[in-house]
Amino acid sequence: MKLTAINGKGDGTTMKFVDFICRDAIQTSLEVDTKEDVIRAMARSLLSAGKASKDHFEGIVEAILKREELGSTGIGRGVAVPHTKHPSVNELVGAIAVSEEGVDFDSLDGEKVHLLFLLISPPDRPGDHLRALENISRQLRDETFCRFLKQSSTPDDVWQLLEEADNNQFAS
Amino acid sequence: MAEPVFQRKAVVTSPQGLHARPAELLARLASSFESEIEIVRDNHRVDAKSILHVLTLGAGRGTELIVEARGSDAAAAAEALAKLVESDFSHDPMLSRDGSRASRGG
Repeated sequence: MKLTAINGKGDGTTMKFVDFICRDAIQTSLEVDTKEDVIRAMARSLLSAGKASKDHFEGIVEAILKREELGSTGIGRGVAVPHTKHPSVNELVGAIAVSEEGVDFDSLDGEKVHLLFLLISPPDRPGDHLRALENISRQLRDETFCRFLKQSSTPDDVWQLLEEADNNQFAS
Repeated sequence: MAEPVFQRKAVVTSPQGLHARPAELLARLASSFESEIEIVRDNHRVDAKSILHVLTLGAGRGTELIVEARGSDAAAAAEALAKLVESDFSHDPMLSRDGSRASRGG
């Protein structure tokens, strides 16, 4: 069996949700109206979880918003992956938010976003970021997994679904 | 009536690989063609018009991909997408979609 790719080693390795999602940075029933609000709330959850530094909080939020100006990270199916590289983190860290109402994210397909994965990665580890995106998109192709995540009402529900997905209980 | 099919090989050259922004540019460019377009990595075949699907390729620098287009504008589609895959994704291909003015690629 192969090692996980968290160390940034060669191709063919895969990354699991538990390798980069911070359990204490999962929020459900999030009531926010704007893209900026949801991004702030998610970055704050990483701050509270001790995964982002207070000194860099504003810088991180600004960098993520700036990245959104380049083009929305709404990738379709009601999912968005706002992200940035930032030198203040030394490993890839991720937060999750679920919004029942949905947030307008200027997605390519015009749909509101209900499920968000926010990623902050060290600038020198593009491979880890790519593998995290690969993992998220591969798992979300499964409609059941995607729907269950959006319907999750507690962070524990989300975490359990992530673990099941990591154990290949969804992806074909 | 058989529709024309065109295939074109393309190697990812951008150091960051096909992350979110390139995937979005690819999906938008693909959506501007009528043809059905798929990108193939080994045995993995995805719809080029979906960002989500393109991201599942996890294609880092040096990854060899095949762009396969099927439809009335298949030749132009395969060519344009392959060219984009091989670019550094520094500019929006939709801004130079008329004619073949896109970057000379170095």
